[in-house]
Amino acid sequence: MSKELIRLQDLTMEFDGERILDGINLYFNDHEFLTLLGPSGCGKTTTLRIIGGFLTPTSGRVLFDGKCINDVPAYERQINTVFQRYALFPHLDVFGNIAFGLKVAKLPKEEINQRVQEILTVVGMKGYEHRRIDSLSGGQQQRVAIARALVNRPKVLLLDEPLAALDLRLRKDMQNELKRIQQAMGITFIYVTHDQEEALSMSDTVVVMDKGRIQQIGRPEDIYNEPKNAFVADFIGESNILDGVMLSDYKVKFFGRVFDCVDAGFAPNEPVDVVIRPEDIDFVPAGEGHLVGTVTSVTFKGLNYDIIVDFRGFKWLIQTTDYHGEGETVGIRLNPEDIHIMHKSEYSGMFGDYSSYSAEYDELTEDAADEEE
Amino acid sequence: MKKNKSILLSGPYILWMLIFTLIPLGVVGYYALTDVETGAFTFANIKDLGLFLPTLGISVWYSILSAAICLVLGYPVAYFIAHRSAVTQKILYMLVMLPMCMSFLLRTLAWAGLLETNGIINQFLNLLGLPSLKMIGTPGAVILGMVYNYLPYMILPLYSIIVKIDNRLIEAAEDLGCNGMQVFGRVVLPLSMPGILSGITMVFVPAVSTFYISQKLGGADMPLLIGDAIEKQFKTAGNPNLGAALSLVLMLMVFICTGIMNRFGSDEEGGVVA
Repeated sequence: MSKELIRLQDLTMEFDGERILDGINLYFNDHEFLTLLGPSGCGKTTTLRIIGGFLTPTSGRVLFDGKCINDVPAYERQINTVFQRYALFPHLDVFGNIAFGLKVAKLPKEEINQRVQEILTVVGMKGYEHRRIDSLSGGQQQRVAIARALVNRPKVLLLDEPLAALDLRLRKDMQNELKRIQQAMGITFIYVTHDQEEALSMSDTVVVMDKGRIQQIGRPEDIYNEPKNAFVADFIGESNILDGVMLSDYKVKFFGRVFDCVDAGFAPNEPVDVVIRPEDIDFVPAGEGHLVGTVTSVTFKGLNYDIIVDFRGFKWLIQTTDYHGEGETVGIRLNPEDIHIMHKSEYSGMFGDYSSYSAEYDELTEDAADEEE
Repeated sequence: MKKNKSILLSGPYILWMLIFTLIPLGVVGYYALTDVETGAFTFANIKDLGLFLPTLGISVWYSILSAAICLVLGYPVAYFIAHRSAVTQKILYMLVMLPMCMSFLLRTLAWAGLLETNGIINQFLNLLGLPSLKMIGTPGAVILGMVYNYLPYMILPLYSIIVKIDNRLIEAAEDLGCNGMQVFGRVVLPLSMPGILSGITMVFVPAVSTFYISQKLGGADMPLLIGDAIEKQFKTAGNPNLGAALSLVLMLMVFICTGIMNRFGSDEEGGVVA
């Protein structure tokens, strides 16, 4: 669709002998909204900081418009950053913050004024020029931080978990806002987050990272529907992941039963991971089911119920609007398109079993991840 | 309940302050406005203050010079310390504090020993076949004494401010096109302002009222400083009333200076400079 702007070649990064990035190869197109998604410690922020020029990779190259920029300092790159928790200058007001880069570039006064006014309109902060930074709310500071970066008309904007400090409501609003701004300015956004929903709803391309390696690159729909391994399947949304054997193309066997599926291209009798999304599963009366199990827990989630069903000792998460009470015997049917097959990976067996599932568990771990960053 | 407790706990010091600060202050004011012989109310002491204007001028000038030199010497040190690892920071901080653990009088006497006409430095110069230098009894020696004694008071507040400057602000400045010098001028220095102001105040105030340094390192040929003048009125000239008047002036000046510094400081924070 558009031309390539930045390319990362065999990027590795080590701190004190610990490998943070392990052979990152990635390219970014012009005008693209690309998100680096992963849990804390996966190397996403490190990758962003290398692109921004704040870190020098241990090995590998960063190409910008085809030229290696490893040795170009941050202040000479046509890249601006929106920092985690904004990093606004406390000694300057809103105008002073936004005009900062333009003043450093020694632009004429009228042009600075005009450009600051323009960008204030874009981020919806007109009239706030002379407000002190500490008198602004989190969302307003966020907008100033974005304006301060965008006013320099960079080719690439790096955003490091920019919404992490905002409350849920504001975060949703800002997601739409960011997407709108990106389209209005027509520049490349490279966005770092650990929030899968944020990544799926805003990005053109999502790069899922873990342990310093890229796990999968693709459009949000592809990442969600066709995860490459158990890590991606579990990190993006919820997944029941089962051991299976691919008998032949379009035939997979698990739980002692052969199912039709839509995947092909595996070796005959190859052991595989089978992914079944909790929202794809339909309940049927016990007698008509492919599988029959017992409901062990029900949690009301607003939009749906999270129902845990025990199938021969393996617990599945099923998300449905039909209520089934604890202890009830239920049957389920699986359509071929509900079954997604993945090759075995180092992550096999680590995810996708809901035996220890509890409703609070997800939220707790998410908060813990926030703290670490 | 909590409030009552805090009054109870701060009571001893409030009482102390009352007896040993406020009442003496009143006594100083009373002395300043009465005649030394008769004890009658008079403005004579205040009128005589005019004679001390040159003394006051020199004191202020020396103190400004000392504070400026302390700032120039101290800032890089504070910056250096603030950018070391946590452990190194602690060690360097201790080293800066170390001279303060030794008596102020002793340190000043030691400098006198170094700078004297037959002192250690000159003996060393003579040993090398070089002529002696006149060091003691010069303005330079007095200012050296002040800088040496008050430098920690500059470094410590500077350090405590600089160490708190968020590294992401520096990265943000680089991101927005600042090279090293520009980062310093546009971000680090403005953000150090509170430290600079409190450092200057902490050096200027004791320097302007100092008396011992000028006596030991300045000697008889040097013009008096205001602190010496006050001491002289009380101890040898036998005019405590005039001394009291001088003290009042000095105090007023210190108040005004700190006032200016505070005002300057809050303006800075207020972000009036757009």
